[in-house]
Amino acid sequence: MAAPIVQLGVTGPVIPNYGAGSSSCVVHNHFFCADWVGHNWGPVLWPALRGHVVLTLVAVAIGFVISMTLALAAHRYRLLEQPTILVTTFLYTIPSLALFELLVAPVGANVYSAEIALVSYTLLILFRNILAGLREVPAEVMDAADGMGMTRTQSLLRVELPLALPAIVAGIRIAVVTTIALATIVYTIYDAGLGVPIHTALGEGPFKTELIAAGGLTVLLALVADGTLVLVQRLLTPWAQVQRS
Amino acid sequence: MHEFVDAFRFILHDGAVAGQPALPSLGYLTLQTLKIGVIGLAISLAVAIPIGCWLGHLHRGSFFAINTGNIGRALPSLVLLAIGDVFLGLGLTVVEVALVILAVPPVITNAYLGVDGVERDLVDAARGMGMGELEVLRRVELPLAVPLISAGVRIASVFVLSTTTIASLAGFSGSLGDIIANQASYRLEGVVAAALCVSALALAADFAFGALQLAVTPHGLRRRPPAIEPDVVTGLVSQ
Repeated sequence: MAAPIVQLGVTGPVIPNYGAGSSSCVVHNHFFCADWVGHNWGPVLWPALRGHVVLTLVAVAIGFVISMTLALAAHRYRLLEQPTILVTTFLYTIPSLALFELLVAPVGANVYSAEIALVSYTLLILFRNILAGLREVPAEVMDAADGMGMTRTQSLLRVELPLALPAIVAGIRIAVVTTIALATIVYTIYDAGLGVPIHTALGEGPFKTELIAAGGLTVLLALVADGTLVLVQRLLTPWAQVQRS
Repeated sequence: MHEFVDAFRFILHDGAVAGQPALPSLGYLTLQTLKIGVIGLAISLAVAIPIGCWLGHLHRGSFFAINTGNIGRALPSLVLLAIGDVFLGLGLTVVEVALVILAVPPVITNAYLGVDGVERDLVDAARGMGMGELEVLRRVELPLAVPLISAGVRIASVFVLSTTTIASLAGFSGSLGDIIANQASYRLEGVVAAALCVSALALAADFAFGALQLAVTPHGLRRRPPAIEPDVVTGLVSQ
């Protein structure tokens, strides 16, 4: 069963449970109480953040392996491209909230259904980017690789994939940030991620401090992940920097 | 699979659940979702297309135009709605504001990249023919940027429709999200049916904008096979 959805104003009297360290700031529900964050970082926010990171990493890693396989197959056999695009696009348009609930019946309200849903949203992004990157390799470069006597596998590993790297990393960036955003909904079926404190805060009035702290952490996590991937890409593709200048 | 059969029965009965008091019908909620989406999308396009195109025309502000896209992608809709709830209290206004904040970045980024990427020779030729700045933009750059602008609009439309369902989690009622978030009353078949309706709306919007794109694409560009655009600028859904 999915967690009950909070309907504001319908739940009747709200019994506030602000956790450890209820200062007057917390009791009066001021805009942001730093002391609450200090007290609840360990018990509430840090586990939620850690869970969020794990959900995201696992989903993007599995999604990447699947998409890379599909993209390499579609790169070699063009026939596979349209059906894959069609299926992944359909998966992409299913509302996330509904997909989470749908998976509960066959899989159960656990981490597996959360990950299946998150993975299914990364496929379209990663598949399209990897394939676009592979397709963009100039024909002359491939001819040169042929001329050097490279086999198909060699030219794939040593020419095509390195040249496709910027597009691939761009795809990973989008997938990571999208998954971080989506993982806030995971709380509806599985008790993990930053959605949990957001949900708690919404049920308490809303409790502003917790809402802003958890929401802010989500955005911050996305920005940090995106920035890190930009750096990784710069390190992996030093030639792209030379070209630009 | 039996849920899907029930879901179609649910759709046929327009969302009426036996033994439940009259709830808003499925057709009504679908139209409401569409209405909320259309308002949000219209505002977003009115704001984002002129900004993106003008920046692209000037070839300025690439940092701004590209990074709004990145930052916009990092904002989870639930967080946005929840924070809007703190400031303004949750209602249609907050939902529309959230939709606009989510939909504007991909449109700006795509419009910028589309106009910025038009070959300079063509623009020079247009200037040589005596066109003014606005004329260059309207008669040369905009038509050539149609595929990318349209990609941005299509992403924004999917964004907007799926976000209305998230609004129900933050306590906003009056969209298909009501059904999806209220499995207790509507049961699983209702959730499936509502999800199918949202998907159908999203696919219909995508199709409609695809048709519109084809209609406004210059003849010379139509014959090219539709290249897969790298998702550097597209595919940013935070549902």
